[in-house]
Amino acid sequence: MAKKQIIPRQQNSGSFTKAISAIVWKDLRAEFRSYELISSMLVFSLLVILIFNFALELDIKTRQSVTAGVLWATFAFAGTLGLNRSMAIEKDRGCLDGLLLAPVDRSAIYFGKFISNLTFMLIVEAIVLPVYSILYNTNLFQPGLLMVILLGSIGYTAIGTLLAAMSVQTRTRDVLLPILLFPVAFAVLLAAVKASGGFLDGSGFAEIAFPINLLIAYDIIFISVSFMAFDNIVEE
Amino acid sequence: MCRGEVLSLILVRQEQGREDPAPTKQKMITVKKLVKRFGLKTVLRGVDFEVQPGEFVALLGSNGAGKTTFLRILASLSRPSLGEVNIAGYKLPHEAAQVRARLGVVSHLPLLYGDLSAEENLRFYARMYGIANYQLRVTEILEMVGLETRRRDLVRTFSRGMQQRLAIGRAMLHDPDVMLFDEPYTGLDQDASAMLDDVLKTVAAQGRTVVMTSHDLARAENLATRFDILSHGVIAASATRKQLKKTDLLTFYKQALAG
Repeated sequence: MAKKQIIPRQQNSGSFTKAISAIVWKDLRAEFRSYELISSMLVFSLLVILIFNFALELDIKTRQSVTAGVLWATFAFAGTLGLNRSMAIEKDRGCLDGLLLAPVDRSAIYFGKFISNLTFMLIVEAIVLPVYSILYNTNLFQPGLLMVILLGSIGYTAIGTLLAAMSVQTRTRDVLLPILLFPVAFAVLLAAVKASGGFLDGSGFAEIAFPINLLIAYDIIFISVSFMAFDNIVEE
Repeated sequence: MCRGEVLSLILVRQEQGREDPAPTKQKMITVKKLVKRFGLKTVLRGVDFEVQPGEFVALLGSNGAGKTTFLRILASLSRPSLGEVNIAGYKLPHEAAQVRARLGVVSHLPLLYGDLSAEENLRFYARMYGIANYQLRVTEILEMVGLETRRRDLVRTFSRGMQQRLAIGRAMLHDPDVMLFDEPYTGLDQDASAMLDDVLKTVAAQGRTVVMTSHDLARAENLATRFDILSHGVIAASATRKQLKKTDLLTFYKQALAG
């Protein structure tokens, strides 16, 4: 019998972008079939907003001043829920090993999961914002504010995806992720709250520029660190 | 046509499609003085292990002997603390991507997504492995594992045996030279185990190098060409099928663990 060749047939170099798009396709396909992740994030977000709405029985002006804080607290808690679930799906049936066995740079796995997680978070935010606007009688559809939400979500998801990949390998993953994530993401959340508050208050660009620059810097730092560290974190 | 005949036909077709290899004396797997520590606990204490191309090695040992740890290192999922690992001429962990392109791994977990169909799972992995014309390959694999009629069904609706067959198909998508099986019979009933036997025989007959860990000595005895016993973090004994003619595998296994 003819022995087989060493180089596998019909295989080109599993390219970086193809691997990323495959992971994103897989995550979206599975999620839009089960709605397991988005529905839990959404229900949680709406409950948090409702609880804050009843807890803070304030006048309209005071409500506006707490909007940025309430919004980002909601996004952060719901985001943690989504990040945990997204990685748990990979771990529970051994699929994370399946991904790690692919002959692609492992940072492609990170970027694939990061883009999927960011998409889920943005979908939830897109639904939460109009509900919040109605409940709190505040116009949140300002281009500047939307940009801040995007920048903040990028930073939060970037570091969250890395830490979720780390915490999912432990038995206490549900508890460990927020313990690891909140102290690290605190800087992003703080900058996001400041910038969001600035836009809602109608502050001048000079005041808002600093937290926005800070957000951009954190996004770049978190993505770079995660890109470099992911391989070491997922390997035993 | 029964599934065995379908498997044989596909086997012949796949072999016809293979190119003859360049003559080589290179060993497919070479492991030298492999040590793996988890904190203060040393699981592997200097394992030396070699596998020739086309060999089917059954790696046997009691629970906690380090079989899974050893296989995870070969699969580049875990880094060795000390020692050398060479697969298909590539060194781990530095050339892990090249090694992974030549490896197919099947474990007791399916490594499949329950909310995707059988076809979607294979398409996803085919894209991850950069396989050209993957639609054809996916169909070929689904036929091979006998799941062609269930291609659009979600994997979470599959029985354990069907999931394991699909898992083997997933591992063979990129036509790997080396296949690693970690306790593949775990949780399978008699029929599913018999089906897995057929698939493993097909894999071996294709000339692939196979390393399989198992607790099931009878099944290992039927399939493997060599038997290595891992005990206390080292290979305690090794024998080929020919060498075992005078004694049965169970006696050899017990002697190795006692010795």
